Amino acid sequence: MLLAMKLKAALAVAALASPLAMTAVTPRDTAPPERALTALKAENFPYRLAGDFSRDGKPVAAPLRQMRLGSSLGIMTRQVTAAEYARCVADGGCPRIPQASGAEDMPMVGVSWRDATAYARWMTRTTGKLHRLPSDEEWVFAAAEKASDDALPLAGAADPVAAWIARYDAEASRERPAVLTPQPIGAFGRNERGLQDVAGNVWEWTDTCFVRHDVEPSGAVRVTNTNCGVRVVQGAHRAYMTDFIRDPRSGGCAAGVPPANLGFRLVVEQERWPELRRMAERIADKMLRSL
Amino acid sequence: MITRRTALMGAALAAMVIAAPALADDLKLPRERVELVAPPFVHPHDQIAKDGPKIMEFKLTVREKEVVIDDNGTKMQAMTFNGSMPAPMMVVHEGDYVELTLVNPETNTMPHNIDFHAATGGLGGGALTHVNPGEQTVLRFKATRPGVFVYHCAPEGMIPWHVVSGMHGTIMVLPRDGLKNAEGKPLHYDRIYYVGENDLYIPKDENGKYKTYDSPGESFGDTIEVMRKLIPTHVVFNGRVGALTGKNAMTAKVGETVMIVHSEANRDTRPHLIGGHGDYVWETGKFNNPPAKDLETWFVRGGSAGAALYTFRQPGVYAYVNHNLIEAAELGATAHFKVDGEWNNDLMKQVVPPGPIPPAKSSAIDATVLTR
Repeated sequence: MLLAMKLKAALAVAALASPLAMTAVTPRDTAPPERALTALKAENFPYRLAGDFSRDGKPVAAPLRQMRLGSSLGIMTRQVTAAEYARCVADGGCPRIPQASGAEDMPMVGVSWRDATAYARWMTRTTGKLHRLPSDEEWVFAAAEKASDDALPLAGAADPVAAWIARYDAEASRERPAVLTPQPIGAFGRNERGLQDVAGNVWEWTDTCFVRHDVEPSGAVRVTNTNCGVRVVQGAHRAYMTDFIRDPRSGGCAAGVPPANLGFRLVVEQERWPELRRMAERIADKMLRSL
Repeated sequence: MITRRTALMGAALAAMVIAAPALADDLKLPRERVELVAPPFVHPHDQIAKDGPKIMEFKLTVREKEVVIDDNGTKMQAMTFNGSMPAPMMVVHEGDYVELTLVNPETNTMPHNIDFHAATGGLGGGALTHVNPGEQTVLRFKATRPGVFVYHCAPEGMIPWHVVSGMHGTIMVLPRDGLKNAEGKPLHYDRIYYVGENDLYIPKDENGKYKTYDSPGESFGDTIEVMRKLIPTHVVFNGRVGALTGKNAMTAKVGETVMIVHSEANRDTRPHLIGGHGDYVWETGKFNNPPAKDLETWFVRGGSAGAALYTFRQPGVYAYVNHNLIEAAELGATAHFKVDGEWNNDLMKQVVPPGPIPPAKSSAIDATVLTR
């Protein structure tokens, strides 16, 4: 390993470790109303796989699976607010977004996947707890009755055009949110798991990449291509969005209702940090010794 | 006390007395009253005239009204003929007389008139049709040239504002014996759609939000400021973003020939059918010129209408756009066609669907190069 590279790696690890000290100085006086986490115990739930599925080269509906998360899930009860995001910007952790209102009671919108993950990294650094975007599976589980099963019409192997037109009609008949401008936190109520504003007019970024699958005659699903430049966004319907997009829209050849606004809520892993810190320290020590 | 209303009624009565004898001993031609329909549809008509020239009677009522022009609910104080943007398309034959009753109801706030590019003299009729709120007028002109022609409101001092506020439409003057190609072979359409393109200029407030106004007059000053910079905030088909997509997409069937008439009363545009072509295109819209064949994109000059014939050969969804794609996708100038029928693998086939790139093989050519 080249010396320069080793130094860089050590510095990166050190950067990861250092924010622990900052936790104590995080200003609490400007903190918003308490950001509750909702803890959800693992249960079985139906899940329509995300991504693109084809059999013999023809598009087919995604398989519907019974799933169960590996462990319980801690997820933000509400979406990240504009004020919370503004604090990350002020601290140099998040990109500045021109139209952001900074309001305490409004969801942060107009964020890309990159902005949302920058915020998660900053939260991890400043709180010492691992913050991350949910996977699509986790979001669907947490969204419960608010998650839409958006299985698009099946393509008859003989007539892909009928499926194309049926899909166009289905997308065109999607209901547009009654109000497009973001509403104060809580305006869209709670779902059965107690989460606020699920599938309101702010769609939420997930960490799930766009994946292309081949369904084999046995029914087995094989991944043929993974594109992590495109992520799943979730809300009143599932959509796929390039990670730097902040303002979704349809137009051109696309029909139908695009997500009205892009925002996010995070999964928080309570116990992860001490292990990560110990691991980072061990690696840093090893590297420093070998310089 | 004489109110404006009573004064106008007096004037109207006087006008009727004067006009009555003129109407009585007028042209001895059969008359046909046509009910106009809102675009993209066109009233029923014969493509080949069955008889001699007629007096074709149309009525346009000016409607000043607030309209929503995009999915974000942006509002505009529109001025319209018959309430639609663009105004309804009229169809007559060469040699017919167009007799238009223009009504400006008392509920409106502004004077209006009409200039037909198909008419000869009198500023296209604009000089003879100036009506105040509470007035109406009747204009007759002879359709002497076959083609698709724009008509629009043209009141002195405010012409562009009335046009970009929605007051424009198209009249189609068909040759009496129908459309023909360059070799004189008859051309026929199974369906006709009228797409009117609007460039819109909506003022914004200091926060960048679109402003709303209670009446056209109140929007005038700010709107002119935006117009003078020549950069529209919206470029749309039929009055709003998405007016011709999704549930409102135009439809056709494989094998059908569709006539698409496209007008822009103010600004150049360049229609393009994604996945299709223009089989026969009258780019300037005038049927005494032979139609161009097999076009990919055609140019419609600001202040004119063009006409394109296309026979759909493949089913699916087609986007019909202004191929300044920024205007199509960002500003709204997109329509869709939904076409039913059987897919033709000879015209197009997905040979290998998207999938992983296969591992590179050292080919015979590479081997040759290596051994040289």
